[in-house]
Amino acid sequence: MTRLNSSASVEKKRQEILNSKDQKKLYVTICSGTACHASRSDEVFQAFVDEIERKGLREKVDIGRTGCHGFCERGTIVNVFPKDICYLQVKAEDVPEIVSKTLIENEIVERLLYEDSNGQKIIHENDIPFYKRQNRTVFGNNRLIDPQNIDSYIALGGYTALTKVLFEMTPEQVLEEVKKANLRGRGGGGFPAGIKWETTRNAPGEPKYVIVNADEGDPGAYMDRSLLEGNPHSVLEGLTIGAYAIGSHQGFIYVRQEYPIAVENLLVALEQAREYGLLGKNILGSGFDFDVKVHRGAGAFVSGESSALMTAIEGKAGEPRPKYIRTAVSGIWEKPSNLNNVETWATVPLIINKGAEWFSNIGTKGSKGTKIFSLVGKVNNTGLVEVPMGTTLRQVVYDIGGGIPKGKKFKAVQTGGPSGGVIPEEFLDLSIDFDELSNVGSMMGSGGMVVMDEDTCMVDTARYFLDFLAGESCGKCVPCREGIYQMLKILNRICQGEGREGDIELLEEISEVVKDFSLCALGRTAPNPVLSTIKYFRNEYEAHIYEKRCPAGVCKALISYYIDPEKCQGCTACLRNCPTGAITGGKGLVHIIDQEKCVKCGTCLEVCPPRFSAVTKLSGVSVPEPVPQGTKVIRKGDRKK
Amino acid sequence: MSEFSLIINGQKVKAREGMTILEAARGAGIEIPTLCYQEGLAPFGACRLCTVEIVKGQRSRLVASCVYPAEEGLVVKTESERVVKGRKLILELLLARAPNVQVLREYGMKYGVDLMKFDPEPTSCILCGLCVRYCAEEKKKNAIGFIGRGTERAVMFFPEIASEECPKCGECFAICPTGVLPSNYAINRVPHFTWPVNPFSGTYK
Repeated sequence: MTRLNSSASVEKKRQEILNSKDQKKLYVTICSGTACHASRSDEVFQAFVDEIERKGLREKVDIGRTGCHGFCERGTIVNVFPKDICYLQVKAEDVPEIVSKTLIENEIVERLLYEDSNGQKIIHENDIPFYKRQNRTVFGNNRLIDPQNIDSYIALGGYTALTKVLFEMTPEQVLEEVKKANLRGRGGGGFPAGIKWETTRNAPGEPKYVIVNADEGDPGAYMDRSLLEGNPHSVLEGLTIGAYAIGSHQGFIYVRQEYPIAVENLLVALEQAREYGLLGKNILGSGFDFDVKVHRGAGAFVSGESSALMTAIEGKAGEPRPKYIRTAVSGIWEKPSNLNNVETWATVPLIINKGAEWFSNIGTKGSKGTKIFSLVGKVNNTGLVEVPMGTTLRQVVYDIGGGIPKGKKFKAVQTGGPSGGVIPEEFLDLSIDFDELSNVGSMMGSGGMVVMDEDTCMVDTARYFLDFLAGESCGKCVPCREGIYQMLKILNRICQGEGREGDIELLEEISEVVKDFSLCALGRTAPNPVLSTIKYFRNEYEAHIYEKRCPAGVCKALISYYIDPEKCQGCTACLRNCPTGAITGGKGLVHIIDQEKCVKCGTCLEVCPPRFSAVTKLSGVSVPEPVPQGTKVIRKGDRKK
Repeated sequence: MSEFSLIINGQKVKAREGMTILEAARGAGIEIPTLCYQEGLAPFGACRLCTVEIVKGQRSRLVASCVYPAEEGLVVKTESERVVKGRKLILELLLARAPNVQVLREYGMKYGVDLMKFDPEPTSCILCGLCVRYCAEEKKKNAIGFIGRGTERAVMFFPEIASEECPKCGECFAICPTGVLPSNYAINRVPHFTWPVNPFSGTYK
């Protein structure tokens, strides 16, 4: 590879790459993001390689991998260019058909296309409703980029922003542009990035550091992971621009060791960027030096907190330290250190290329630009979604997410991960914006969005998040360590049907102190799942405590399964499937559940034929006395006579 | 070094640059409860008992006085309603884990804690980290350290270093506010062991 060493060299390289490519040549891309990887995209990739070889098409077809496209529900996603045909849920066994039909005969495999609610087949990925209603400015290129090939990033205009910055702008102008764009940090707090950059720039002390926070740890969230896996150069370019504006020559990327593909692609990207002279000494011949070290995290959620992350980079245990002097002023080795998360950095090149005005025209008054969310839980189209700030929750859950599966009722959406809160149905029309979400007791966080339906118990949800936090609290400060522990104990006993009068008030009392007295943001936000569920679903807490009833039928200690002797047809379906042998009866005899043996797995309810519907889930009422063993069933037909 | 004054509990208090609120308060004879603070060691900010309320203009916030720098004209309340409420709960949380620690019981009496608020599960060590920090900062040995996370966090001697260093020293035993370290490790039964002097107070306690 040749080093690029002038202001014109990036553009020249881009033209070279574009010219060397035959735009009409067949090109198959296989999504190899984490979710598609889990649905065996590597087998699909191999199948394409083998099949193309077998059919002697090696000269005619190119194959490539891409990062995550976002429609994870329907992986593995395969695109065929130049026609831009999108096949969904492709398995290795579908590959011969795609090769013979699409690649050889130039026909479309209809059955692998997306079908909308009217039965209409959709050919192009961007026409699929899930994508059509999004605004994929940061994430959109993922589907076109081979993350392990820097040329595919440059071909799409990559590193033009860096060139512009290094040769046409002063650091002050870059800073001004980012401030004018009002880019707020995408990692959770929503602090204006430009102001943070300026603080670090003006802080006394050298060297200064810039850092990428890729320690995404919220359960169910994988935005940063997919961005880093799929488009690592966008993050590197943003980071380098930031370094130039701040006056830093050393960057760090703190990435979780649990993200192996992200780490691998990142290391390849760094290597390629160095070879091209986009990192290292005298970048593009501009005289600006900057390089990046990758620091792999050892699996601690708290290390996503800025001071803990910086302590970890120093080589110590990742524990937060009191930071009344901000890390932007005194961070790694007490030097000024600017930390932003993956998505924030990846947004920077766009702002430079398209201008602050373009950016600030998207979004709401206080929150500009677009935001990537990981839409998961009880929703039809799970995946990664990028929408302009100000989009309503309803649009995300229903228009993009396709609503709740199996016709169930929406109950709440949990945003902001373990530090966030639940938002009930009454706020579905709330626009997504840093401040609006905080106003209702939740937060933007890094963009986790977990949809919950009527079968979700809110006490159990709070318990789940507190259980996560109890395991992730570093244990340094008392309110977080002991407070979360006691809250979890109370929530556990409520879910086990041993809730006491006054427990709700006690939870509120502890929450307040943990919020006010904890050392770092982990503790200070830890009570949010508890407080928001109490605020909006207090009745569920009360049902658990006072009626020993779980309204959603989730908490095992509070539910029982019962077979209605009037409805049971003695078909033995439940009896055969019960894993603990708790059901007695026989062909034509009423089945009875031995409540002592029952482990409440719900299998009987699932397997009971819907036309009988003899099994019911009870909560808050005592199970009726069973009929004597050997009672004959009342045939449905008999009753009619 | 420039001298300035701030207002703690309505009283004008002198401080020098680089001082924390706690140091300024103690200098003026105003007592703020602490567990993990020790003059001579770097502030740790972990027990949160020293939390105070500071007022700036219309806004007030809670900060740990052992680490928050004293500022010119800062208004500090060390026993405001919010502070006392939190301090009491922190003591209750700690007492559920270490009910027999003298210093906790004394503070508990002062703040009128409810000993029955949480079901007791005694573990004794309050994880103030004095021993760990003393060994690292003063002795530069790191023979004792934290292991685990969250409620699993514990203090442990690292045998490779401890077997070498500890028989010569043992000073952390005298610092431990709970008395658990010496009894757990029963070092006073080791032959020729002499009970160390507390390096900070110079006494045997």
